[in-house]
Amino acid sequence: MTETGQTDYPHGFTNELIYYLFMEATGAEIVVRCLAEEGVEFVFGYPGGAVLTIYDEIFKQDKFKHVLVRHEQAAVHAADAYARSTGRVGVALVTSGPGVTNAVTGIATAYMDSVPIVVVTGQVPTPAIGLDAFQEVDTVGITRPCVKHNFLVKDVKDLAATMKKAFIIASTGRPGPVVVDVPKDITFQTTDFVYPATIEMRSYNPVVKGHSGQMKRAVQMLLEAKRPMIYAGGGVVLGDASEQLIELTRLLGFPITNTLMGLGGHPATDKQNLGMLGMHGTYEANMAMQHCDVLLAVGARFDDRVIGNPEHFAREQRNIIHIDVDPSSISKRVRVDVPIVGDVKSVLTDMLALLKLAKEKPEASALNSWWTQIELWRSKNCLKYNQQGSIIKPQYVVEKLWEVTKGDAFVTSDVGQHQMWAAQYYKFDKPRRWINSGGLGTMGVGLPYAMGVQLAHPDAQVACITGESSIQMCIQELSTCKQYRIPIKVVTLNNRYMGMVRQWQQFFYGSRYSESYMESLPDFVKLAEAYGHIGMRIDKPEDVEGALKEAFSPALKDRLVFMDFQTDQTENVFPMVEGGKGLSEMILAEEL
Amino acid sequence: MRHIISLLMENEAGALSRVAGLFSARAYNIESLTVAPTEDATLSRMTIVTIGSEEIIEQITKQLNKLIDVIKVMDLTEGSHIERELMLVKVKAVGAGRDEMKRTSDIFRGRIIDVTDSTYTIELTGAGSKLDAFLEAIDAASIIETVRTGASGIGRGDRSLKI
Repeated sequence: MTETGQTDYPHGFTNELIYYLFMEATGAEIVVRCLAEEGVEFVFGYPGGAVLTIYDEIFKQDKFKHVLVRHEQAAVHAADAYARSTGRVGVALVTSGPGVTNAVTGIATAYMDSVPIVVVTGQVPTPAIGLDAFQEVDTVGITRPCVKHNFLVKDVKDLAATMKKAFIIASTGRPGPVVVDVPKDITFQTTDFVYPATIEMRSYNPVVKGHSGQMKRAVQMLLEAKRPMIYAGGGVVLGDASEQLIELTRLLGFPITNTLMGLGGHPATDKQNLGMLGMHGTYEANMAMQHCDVLLAVGARFDDRVIGNPEHFAREQRNIIHIDVDPSSISKRVRVDVPIVGDVKSVLTDMLALLKLAKEKPEASALNSWWTQIELWRSKNCLKYNQQGSIIKPQYVVEKLWEVTKGDAFVTSDVGQHQMWAAQYYKFDKPRRWINSGGLGTMGVGLPYAMGVQLAHPDAQVACITGESSIQMCIQELSTCKQYRIPIKVVTLNNRYMGMVRQWQQFFYGSRYSESYMESLPDFVKLAEAYGHIGMRIDKPEDVEGALKEAFSPALKDRLVFMDFQTDQTENVFPMVEGGKGLSEMILAEEL
Repeated sequence: MRHIISLLMENEAGALSRVAGLFSARAYNIESLTVAPTEDATLSRMTIVTIGSEEIIEQITKQLNKLIDVIKVMDLTEGSHIERELMLVKVKAVGAGRDEMKRTSDIFRGRIIDVTDSTYTIELTGAGSKLDAFLEAIDAASIIETVRTGASGIGRGDRSLKI
């Protein structure tokens, strides 16, 4: 060693290379190298005291790109959307204390919708834990109810194995978020770095293959059905089982409905598809759910927004087959006759094989009369609306968006009326195209979701359908979009109200619009321009299509366009099943 | 109905809070919970006494199995099993009552493990109902302090919970 610390190495061997090849790694290096080993493309994050050593290592590497958000919540949402749209694990990195508490909303959102993400959180140094140190929070405690699993790394020797476990747990079985909490002292302690190819966990072995006897029973039941129905949820999308589901549905000739989370799992434009079911589902989907005699539930969980009142649902006699990777989703709200625990794709593949072997076919005459009944329900045309006069109907904007993007865009949404209109009027034909917060219902996800999607799919059309209230919950991310040149198109359905709150107040609270009017709205055009983007304000129905065409034109391909559509303030989402009511007790638009 | 659920889990920091948190987050009843390492120091064994309908108990078992640290879960009440609980009771023992207390303790096969001029500390083991019966058998005013461990359980015969 010379006095300057330089060693005389053979030609080409720098200090850095020698260190990388032969020396121990610090905790921070291990974190970064684990992420590189996992093939991570993007890390969404925000630096802070406890993660400075990790950020120093990020500075030195070029294996993945770090995306600096403007608020930690958005980092987790963006990682979540990256995962939803690609099927790969999303990664976020935040500092201790407020970094973690800001991230919690994002983590809980991903948890409710079973999205595989790994969130690395900084923590105060090990000796300071429990002493109310600056920016200390009990991360493992605070996130425990909203993660699939979490870890506090107490020894640098455990770090690489913990990272591997985090990726395995997040992405297998029923996916979900995993938090790895890394105290600052661990980030500069050193150990030998070996990244394990895989790790066996005696306490974690998710079931993949379905029970063969149960699958036989299920197939028999399907073949004997007189009024069959398929109900497919987010599990089909998460489990990449869309292809198998389409084949099964075609083979059987049965009607099918998608949940909000399952949209795109079966193509919306297919004749057999009855549209979304549930609180704002179509008349035909809800009626068929209620009156079928055999129900095949695939990767869905019979939640309150989907089947309404479970007692009312149980009034009709029907046999239920339920395929789910998570045994605790089965018979939770609705008693199931044939439970099949397993990976949706594996189970559907096996059931398809059984069906093809079977000699019987579904009884054609019974199926025909069932379809006749369904077509009768369908002829109510429950989603019709009237684009007349000088005020823009929100449904019209979504329909035009579908036309302009040829039904091939990735669409993210926030939460509220606009979310339901997006789900009803944008016909998703492919899985992983519809990105929204279904379970937690998190306002503010739309913009960071669109960021994550666009980064994962740089050449795709990405639209964020939002409302003037939701968009303001994470609007700071317009700055991130500028920094990374993320050319998403924001479609704001601006009705100057928290629309869904207003709708409920109109229906159930005597039209007393308590605190649901959005006063003092910013000038969104100027706001978009202030962030360096293009803003448009659209007031007239005849301008809707032109604005969308311009926004998605090649000329603006590289620009974020913020479209502020002034829409009808009084429009409501129909059909609607009131909370506590049965699925077939819908309020239709024409009834009001 | 009352159920005794036994489980084996990784003996790691925070494991207990995952189970306790699950019960509070999902509003399940919890009557008692005992936990200690097993002969294999990497494993903890937990006994949970809970009350719920068959549907709730099924959900509890499934949700416990879903916890990443949990290795095996067994509902002891589904088969024949033995249940024991330990109780320590400190009672007033003066005058004529002193002999009476000793006799009652003997009837319940209690052991007096600490003695002063005016008190006995009695150790009792058995099913929870036996411990309840003892407390009812003695004069309530004589009880100074009681400590109960909560139930531990084990399957009879070949029924066992192991990896």
